[in-house]
Amino acid sequence: MPKQIILAAHFPGVNNTTVWSDPASGSHIDFASFVHLARTAERGRFDFFFLAEGLRLREQRGRIHDLDVVGRPDTLTVLAALAAVTTHLGLAGTLNTTFREPYELARQLASLDHLSGGRAAWNVVTTSDAFTGENFRRGGYLDRSLRYERAAEFVRTARQLWESWPADAVVGDRDGGRYVDEADPGVFAHRGDQFDIAGHFTVPRSPQLHPVILQAGDSGDGRDFAASSADAIFSRHGTLADGQEFYRDVKARLARYGRNPDDLKIIPGVTFVLGDTDAEAQERAHHIRRQQVSPQTAILLLEQLWNRDLSGYDPDGPLPAEDPDVSADAISRGRAGMYPDPVGTARQWRALAQEKGLGIRDLIIEVTGRQSFVGTPQRVAERMNHFVQSDAADGFILVPHLTPGGLDEFVDRVVPLLQERGVFRTEYTGTTLRDHLGLRPARPLTRVGAA
Amino acid sequence: MPDPTLHLAVALDGLGWHPAAWRLSHADPAAPLFPRWWASLVGQAERGALDLVTIEDSLDLQSSLPDGPDGRVDQVRGRLDALLVAARIAPLTRHIGLIPTTSVTHTEPFHVSTAVATLDHVTGGRAGWLPRVSARRSEAGHFGRRNLPPLDPTRLAEPQHARLVGDLFAEAADAVEVVRRLWDSWQDDAEIRDVPTGRFVDRDRLHYTDFTGRWFSVRGPSIVPRPPQGQPVVAALAHSTVPYAFAARHADVVFVTPTDAGHAEAVVAEVRAVEETVGRSGPPLRILADLEVLIDDTPALARRRRTRLDELHGAEFHADAAAFTGSPGQLADLLAEWRRAGADGFRLRPAVLPDDLVTITRAVVPALRDRGLFRAGHPGGTLRDLLGLPRPDNRYAVAGTD
Ligand SMILES: Cc1cc2nc3c(=O)[nH]c(=O)nc-3n(C[C@H](O)[C@H](O)[C@H](O)COP(=O)(O)O)c2cc1C
Repeated sequence: MPKQIILAAHFPGVNNTTVWSDPASGSHIDFASFVHLARTAERGRFDFFFLAEGLRLREQRGRIHDLDVVGRPDTLTVLAALAAVTTHLGLAGTLNTTFREPYELARQLASLDHLSGGRAAWNVVTTSDAFTGENFRRGGYLDRSLRYERAAEFVRTARQLWESWPADAVVGDRDGGRYVDEADPGVFAHRGDQFDIAGHFTVPRSPQLHPVILQAGDSGDGRDFAASSADAIFSRHGTLADGQEFYRDVKARLARYGRNPDDLKIIPGVTFVLGDTDAEAQERAHHIRRQQVSPQTAILLLEQLWNRDLSGYDPDGPLPAEDPDVSADAISRGRAGMYPDPVGTARQWRALAQEKGLGIRDLIIEVTGRQSFVGTPQRVAERMNHFVQSDAADGFILVPHLTPGGLDEFVDRVVPLLQERGVFRTEYTGTTLRDHLGLRPARPLTRVGAA
Repeated sequence: MPDPTLHLAVALDGLGWHPAAWRLSHADPAAPLFPRWWASLVGQAERGALDLVTIEDSLDLQSSLPDGPDGRVDQVRGRLDALLVAARIAPLTRHIGLIPTTSVTHTEPFHVSTAVATLDHVTGGRAGWLPRVSARRSEAGHFGRRNLPPLDPTRLAEPQHARLVGDLFAEAADAVEVVRRLWDSWQDDAEIRDVPTGRFVDRDRLHYTDFTGRWFSVRGPSIVPRPPQGQPVVAALAHSTVPYAFAARHADVVFVTPTDAGHAEAVVAEVRAVEETVGRSGPPLRILADLEVLIDDTPALARRRRTRLDELHGAEFHADAAAFTGSPGQLADLLAEWRRAGADGFRLRPAVLPDDLVTITRAVVPALRDRGLFRAGHPGGTLRDLLGLPRPDNRYAVAGTD
């Protein structure tokens, strides 16, 4: 039997993939938009619905970034509400470990798992960003090197809390007068470098025991953290060769933690554009790219590499002759640094612009594109399946460019083709997200009360 | 003439407010872990046209002791996060207000603010919030960031206890202040989607909250656009002067706990006086009196059920609020009397769920209507509309026009 494809739906939001200027673009806040996308994903028998997170409005040149979608509702609240209007779809929220505490977040996730009948997932992200820290009690002091330490200990602690109630501890024996079967349900004690906490967890064991853990982060530390602790990785490795290399690297790390390759699913975030012919799809893709990169956005994206105020540049004119400023603080705050070698990258861009005769905007469109799957439904289904069968991924998190209708066409036209090929389910066979993902049921890792 | 009709809320917790409720309830004892339970309770309350439900919560295991778990196995233990329960039932309801409880002592005001704002977006303006102080050392131990000294609720007059209570409420006040500023940090019309200039928002209509206090600072703005009500309804439970002052400064609704009609009058007078003292601006607090209720067809049946519950509990049960035992007509008369004493309405705490809630909606509500004390059906609109609270102007927008 061929490998089965995992499919998830990313709600379009705060990023410059999302096209808000299109007349078909709706609200990113109204709950109706979330319902539409989630129900479409469920109609398509998707594994899960996915929300990203940002805890501070991004800034550039010291001012709030106003060109992309700005603002989003609270992740956990939206997911709990979506549990009411869906029945099988997994509900995955990105939740940062730096600005939360394990007791509180473990409690919320276990509650979500109960309230959704076992469909909760947590995409664990880390940031040391002092800029974001300005919104929190913790402030910004967590050193970069400690982020994954805190994240790993956070997840271990959360697991300990989830396991603190024995299965079926609520016995409800009316005649005998015993509501719970032991005097100290939920008792725990954890002592570590990041957390020293003890007491009683309030949430009885949830349907999945451990909500599904996703990880997004690409450094060696990030990959090790995923190999040791996650059920799935949300990656950016959306091309075939790059995906295969990442896949090999990460799956090889699992053995070190006593885990099997199947215990960790690799699910890159990808975009798609469909058309009746490949040429039409290419044309649509081009149109979408121009919407994603307005003249103003082009300058802003250029500034993020050059790390200089380039507001005086003509979006259709040539690239700056001077090199990026690597000595100054980042011009853009609230988004992960994307360019490890700014000067080298700038030189490449200049060379490319020269060679192809591109102005700033067209160059940006060329170098920042991530349109992974463009073509007819047949071509897209074929390519996606090829990626999965040749171990570049276990599935995909689809990032549509339109809210909330951006997934409709995919579900109507591509999903049936994947189903015909026997690589995607036609009905849900299980009830929990772990079932959908083909993960084994979670087993307790810690003993109750063990530190 | 003042409106004679009263506001009616129910407080939901576990299988009812009597500690032995689960022994008599016909519901599955584990029902509070399932969304179906909450959907059916809130649906019931909505069909009764009640103004709102509150959902209890705490960051500690339920306990009969003031400062930590009691090791008892004969009472309901374990619960879900109240805000997420409210969100889970939000799409299943259309009119009723949803007010979850959230601890503010150990949580992040920024997260609370975005969560309640989102609940308001999801419900189309029916969200509220009941901030709660966590005084227990056991709760502090779940976060490990600070040690709280022991608090003996019987010795609040002593200076070190008074100081601790004062600090906890001062921190809660900071939390509510920040949450409210964050709700205002987006002007209503901040999203402009101006294609010619490529701007999605007008950043001049977004505002830094820039709050700095003793316990935390929050820069802002929120990540969530201003909620439909502008400011979701903030409620507070208060038994004495310090929390009255907290409510008068920071809340829209206060739940108080008088023992009888005379006491209700005194409590209302004290709350009104405190409103003066703290210089409250805006509409006066909506004062809702809390009452635990056990209602049956006849007074004798109700008494028998109360006795049975107390027997199962092993003692006569006394809570922080008065307990009513009797028939629907008797309860309606009592509410009418307390209404005359100045209460704007009531938050009833059903002794046993779903039984006493069903009786509230099927018998008490009609009895109140017969007396001209309760409206028929939901008039529509937001929770603020229901409570007669105007939608507040945005503080930053107002400041900007000076
Ligand atoms: C595909 C992907 C998606 C991410 N999504 C988020 C997000 O929604 N919110 C967030 O705060 N960080 C997000 N991150 C950032 C990571 O959590 C992490 O902080 C960042 O990648 C730096 O870690 P690294 O050095 O291991 O890559 C994402 C990262 C990746 C690779």
